[in-house]
Amino acid sequence: MEAQKDRWVSSLVFLLFCASSIPRSGSVGLQQEPSPQHYFSGLEAGKASLAFFTPSVSPGAQPFLEQIESSAEALQDYGISVVKVNCPKEDGSRYCGKENALRKAFLFRGNRLIREFPTDALFDVNSVVANVLFALLFNEVKYVETLADLENIENVLKGKSNMVFAYVPATGTAEHRAVMEAAFVYGTIHQFVLTTEAALLKATSHDDPDVSSAWLLFCHCQRATDPAQPCRRTALGQPLTLLNIHRHLKLMGAPLVTEVAEDPEKVSTVHLQLGLPLVFILSQKQTYEADRRTAEFVAWQLLGKAGVALLSRDLVDLNVLHRSNVALKTPDEGMPVQYLVLEDTDEVVTLVEDKTKVKQIQEDEEEEEEEDEKENNNQDIQDDQVVEAVSRDKKRELPLEQVLVLTEENFHSSLLEAAWTVVLFYASWEAVSLAVLRSYSEVAAQLQGTPGVLLCRVNCWDWPGLCSQENVTQFPTIRIYKEGQQPVTYDGMWGAEELSSFILLSRVSCPLPLATVDEAEEYLRGEFPSELSSHHHTSLLGVFSTASSEAREAFEEAGNILSGHVRMGMYFEDDALALSRKYSVSPPALLLARSGGRSVEGIALSKHSVQDVVQMIRYELLDVFPEITVPNLPQYLQLRKPFLILFSAGDISQMESQEMLKLAKGRAQQAFVACWLNLKKTPVGHGILRKYFSTMPSLPLLLWVNLHAGGQVFKFPPEQPITEVNILSWLEKLQAGLEIPSSTLSEEDWKPPLPAYDFLQMMEPAVPELSPHPGDTPVPHPPQSPGGDTATREEPSQESTAEEVGSPGRDLRGTAPRLAARDKQGKRHGEL
Amino acid sequence: LGLALYAGSLCVVSGATFLYHDYCVIGAGPAGLQAAYFLQQAGRDYVVFERSHAPGSFFALYPRHRKLISINKQYTGKSNSEFNLRHDWNSLLSHDRRLLFRHYSRDFFPNADTMVRYLEDFASLLKLQVQYNVAIIHVTLEKNEQAWNGHYFLLTDQDRKNYKCSSLLVAAGMWVPNVVNFPGSEYVEGYETVSINPEDFAGQTVLILGRGNSAFETAENILGVTNFIHMVSRSRVRLSWATHYVGDLRAINNGLLDTYQLKSLDGLLEGDLEDLAIVKDKKGKLHITLRFYLENRNISAGIDSITLPQDELDNFATRAPYDRVIRCLGWKFDFSIYNRSLRMMPGKGNMKKYPQIKPSYESRGTRGLFILGTASHSVDFRKSAGGFIHGFRYTTRAVHRLLENRHHGVPWPSTVYPITQLTNSIIKRVNEASGLYQMFSVLADIVLLRENATAFEYLEEYPIGILAELEMQTGRKARNGLFVIIMEYGRNFSGADKDVFYYNRAVGEAQHAWQSNFLHPVIYYYKHLPTEREMKLRPPDWPLPRPDAIHHIVEDFLTDWTAPNAHILPLRRFLENCLSTDLRNFFAESCFLFAFTHQKLPPFCQQGYLRMQGLVGSQELRHHAVQAGLLQDYTHTDFSGDRPPNSHDGSQEQLMRDHAIPVRPLQHLVNAKDE
Repeated sequence: MEAQKDRWVSSLVFLLFCASSIPRSGSVGLQQEPSPQHYFSGLEAGKASLAFFTPSVSPGAQPFLEQIESSAEALQDYGISVVKVNCPKEDGSRYCGKENALRKAFLFRGNRLIREFPTDALFDVNSVVANVLFALLFNEVKYVETLADLENIENVLKGKSNMVFAYVPATGTAEHRAVMEAAFVYGTIHQFVLTTEAALLKATSHDDPDVSSAWLLFCHCQRATDPAQPCRRTALGQPLTLLNIHRHLKLMGAPLVTEVAEDPEKVSTVHLQLGLPLVFILSQKQTYEADRRTAEFVAWQLLGKAGVALLSRDLVDLNVLHRSNVALKTPDEGMPVQYLVLEDTDEVVTLVEDKTKVKQIQEDEEEEEEEDEKENNNQDIQDDQVVEAVSRDKKRELPLEQVLVLTEENFHSSLLEAAWTVVLFYASWEAVSLAVLRSYSEVAAQLQGTPGVLLCRVNCWDWPGLCSQENVTQFPTIRIYKEGQQPVTYDGMWGAEELSSFILLSRVSCPLPLATVDEAEEYLRGEFPSELSSHHHTSLLGVFSTASSEAREAFEEAGNILSGHVRMGMYFEDDALALSRKYSVSPPALLLARSGGRSVEGIALSKHSVQDVVQMIRYELLDVFPEITVPNLPQYLQLRKPFLILFSAGDISQMESQEMLKLAKGRAQQAFVACWLNLKKTPVGHGILRKYFSTMPSLPLLLWVNLHAGGQVFKFPPEQPITEVNILSWLEKLQAGLEIPSSTLSEEDWKPPLPAYDFLQMMEPAVPELSPHPGDTPVPHPPQSPGGDTATREEPSQESTAEEVGSPGRDLRGTAPRLAARDKQGKRHGEL
Repeated sequence: LGLALYAGSLCVVSGATFLYHDYCVIGAGPAGLQAAYFLQQAGRDYVVFERSHAPGSFFALYPRHRKLISINKQYTGKSNSEFNLRHDWNSLLSHDRRLLFRHYSRDFFPNADTMVRYLEDFASLLKLQVQYNVAIIHVTLEKNEQAWNGHYFLLTDQDRKNYKCSSLLVAAGMWVPNVVNFPGSEYVEGYETVSINPEDFAGQTVLILGRGNSAFETAENILGVTNFIHMVSRSRVRLSWATHYVGDLRAINNGLLDTYQLKSLDGLLEGDLEDLAIVKDKKGKLHITLRFYLENRNISAGIDSITLPQDELDNFATRAPYDRVIRCLGWKFDFSIYNRSLRMMPGKGNMKKYPQIKPSYESRGTRGLFILGTASHSVDFRKSAGGFIHGFRYTTRAVHRLLENRHHGVPWPSTVYPITQLTNSIIKRVNEASGLYQMFSVLADIVLLRENATAFEYLEEYPIGILAELEMQTGRKARNGLFVIIMEYGRNFSGADKDVFYYNRAVGEAQHAWQSNFLHPVIYYYKHLPTEREMKLRPPDWPLPRPDAIHHIVEDFLTDWTAPNAHILPLRRFLENCLSTDLRNFFAESCFLFAFTHQKLPPFCQQGYLRMQGLVGSQELRHHAVQAGLLQDYTHTDFSGDRPPNSHDGSQEQLMRDHAIPVRPLQHLVNAKDE
């Protein structure tokens, strides 16, 4: 935004510069002339100057002179010099002689007097500039008093050029000055018409106008073909300032509809440069004429608010919905072009107007924030939530009595003490390690008294040799050492609950071989083995016939990989066939008992590679219509599918649950993840909704989130009940591109939150040899005082310091001749 | 098979029999044994030749007064074995924890006999292949296209036995005494043989030539019994605590400075020894005069005819006669055994005692010949610790790694980490690494970035002098930019004439870290590996050429660089800005939010949470994060309507920079950098 403002400010400055490059004499500011003769003889033809005459002995301070003096610089921009002419005492000429002439200012072009100004018309800089320009631009700016005058001018202009009509409540105001300044630049292009008549204002605007504020209309007379109709008008909706007028005129001067044949992302028009959005009407060859008319219609509606471009889809390969007919590009950099399906031109207008409104609010806020930021923008303030949280917690003593501290000395002996030794490898200075250590202490409390489990920790900052010997290269690492087996590295969430469940599950071999059918049934009911009976996990049972040893081996290997995460059993006795038949599968097969074995699913095990079996087990363990929580989201994200997610304030109703379940189990199951989120249990869901919607929508709320492709978020119409049928038809519309996304996920990269200290730049002045091109960059020398000691200017290097600077008593070779010459000066005891 | 092996290691060339080894090491001192250890660990075919009957023969004699000035710190308050090596200057590197010097001596400055015992144990406990009583008296080359380096090294011992090697590691030390020749130098006693019994100096006046640790050590020994001691040398005294160079005069030896500056008993003088002359009078007293006077007189005339400086200048400083003059001028490398074809050249200027070598420790004259140990000190003479055990134990390891890559295709050891571990890896190393610390500004840790900066490879203790050759020397690729981590003293802080105790000598604030004076970590970032030319054109006194960005971790009184805000945070910002990414840690809840609101996730969430290793965090921690304003607490949100317009929650915004969704964007945060 800032950048755009700069851009058009600079183009205005350029225009003013052109204007001011009219030759001018003398330096900026007020000129002094010793006498009227001197002044008049110096006047150049065609050059304007504003003069005022003062007796050389001033009869007292004249306040208006100060105003004239201070406007000298402003007028200089327009090539008008301001001259103070001193009247000699005895001068009795036209300008000096008369008493009242001394109370006036005179505007000359060459030596021709154009206008006299009474001092009360020149009350401030604005009035001086406005009045002087008004007088000079007599031809360019018509002053009208009646509607008839205005209509006459308009009629004359029709088909020829455009008109700028301005109403100012009074002359000499800032608005008047802005209009005159604009006229100075644009006066040759457009006809300027000015009035101060409130009646005229009322006649030209539709609703009841405020006569105390200025008003500017751009009348498109050049395009007007019908002499009976008045020219189309576009009002300037902003206060009359030079910048706003300039911007308005630039916009009016731009083509009504731009035809483009390239990717909208690359298109840039004057509108975008001026900070306005650009609307693309997507056109096709067949409908070109109609589209063009639509575009023009919209363009007239949006004139001054947005640009309109006609984009031919046949010429550009757009990767968007075929149904999209409008695209919106905002001037904010990095914002993707939005493609929309709109039905009515009014929708386009509303869209643009809403955007502008939002942006204005944002701009206001941004300004406030910038001020805040200046104070807060401190690189040395911690912005890492984990590091900050850990350091705020460092004074609290952790309840680590249950956790044995291991060292290089006792590590190996301690491993022999328990059946399962859990070891946390961490670094005492590292924040994530310390955060995990806190959860670890909770686990220790939970598992206290669990037979066979010993929790330990190794601080790798104390024992780096031990950690590298155990091949621990990252902190934190948790390993479970089992007697006589390879240690298992924990690879789950760093949370107390997840970790303790992992440790408990790890105690049972995975997969657990079951000896009898009864045991297998108990296992599926969650009653066997007793260690895990308190644990509510989905139980997985592999059933193998003696023939399917290949599948069994893969299953066993998969068990090793999934150990701690999955409860896996295995049955391969002779009567395996009977067991599998009960669940109507044939071995090799998996039996899946979800939550306490109320129902058992049978799945044929067709794949025999370990990787495939692991993949399959992981997939089968996912719920059909899960409640999404912080710990389980990653499992579902790995499916890389869009989410159909129901946000709910608490538990979802039976009806919704059933409908969603039907949907999830239905044919569309492969295409998306149907899930729900309990805002009570997962309050961070509020944060998500805040991001999606500017106002909090009513709950429950069903959303389609394209997490992995495009990032669009669609909102299920809240007025419709959440039923399978409604959702499916909504999804169909979605797929067909008939819905407008409510929001889009940010595409932004994760850049450094704040800059670093630029030591290279800080070092450069101090260490000149560091500059990038030692030859090219002149090293700034300190100003040398005459007779200054130049030898000390360069800092001698370390080596030479010792040998050169400390030289008075150093060199014997120099000493001998001096001795011979009987030079007795400066001998010190330290010298031979 | 045994026969075949035997035949393989016996080469018959033009009648002479050669015993072949891939690697020959000359000298079983600390460097030779250190090299042998690494060769043995790698399973290489090597042999060490030692002319004495036991390792460390130099230490059997020197220092004459038997006190080592390398520190042997028993306690540091830390159990970190790597860190403790920073304060253990005598141990060699090995996996055997018995071989730590502190198990051999409890003295802070141990006795040299302990070193001999230690080296004997090192060689025997580790079963190193050392051949004692073999003095190599000649080394020459044999051209052979098949050989690793285009030639073999042929070694001949005192019994004319011949050995042949593909690579020669010279760890022979510096043992030839430096001698100055001037008229009367025959009256001078050498440090090697001078009596160490103070009784022998009672009531004598002594002049010592030299101003190193051996000279002061000699003076210290007799300080209490002499009339007075004068010391003369070319350059001013260089105190190691001012120069930060351990080879300069150590405080433990500087008792003479005390008596000189306090009561003017003993004294220091500067002068070039080459201009000196000593005349002995009839009473056996030694008088100092100048070679200049001797040249102007008739040689045959007696002592009385010699002009003494005090004849013309009656307050000449050293006009008093001396009873003894002792030479303590240090040692030089033994160049004599190398055939000319090896082009073993002495260095220039004050490096002439050292053979010329490259920063890779390879001889400038002969490929495949490496100089190890104290003789390799020309690389960092008067700068770092490469001339001392605590330094060259690391440079020897570096040479071994270079050789492993060059001859056996074993690339430089490295570990690959995800990018989230970058800050941690650097912090871990700068806090505990001993090689970086001892060999400051010579050995560097290198971080090689992988494509897209999602992972990196960490190489330890690579010689920065050959940074340009990194890909060839290590077998690793540096295509995507690199960080170089070294330790540095402040520029212009160290020097013989510097006041190292001035007020405000230490910097405390991270933003002024570049002005740190004491040893501190410095990280250089290069988008491309510097070229040979850039290395050559680097600013004088700079270890490396101008980087694309540089970071100094502010010096620390405890050399403990683990402070979250002063040390780690600025480092993270530096790394983030070099890599143009966000390296913050996030709780799982934040990652969850990002997953639903951003198409991309920060590396910590990508490499942790998304792989089901999110940091859940305890209740207390999340509470702290909320209080710090870095985490939003949504539990008490009413979802009835809008956010009140004035509820400015800047912290949340800090966390969630987002443009696409109409919540106040923080674009200026990003823009700030462009301006």
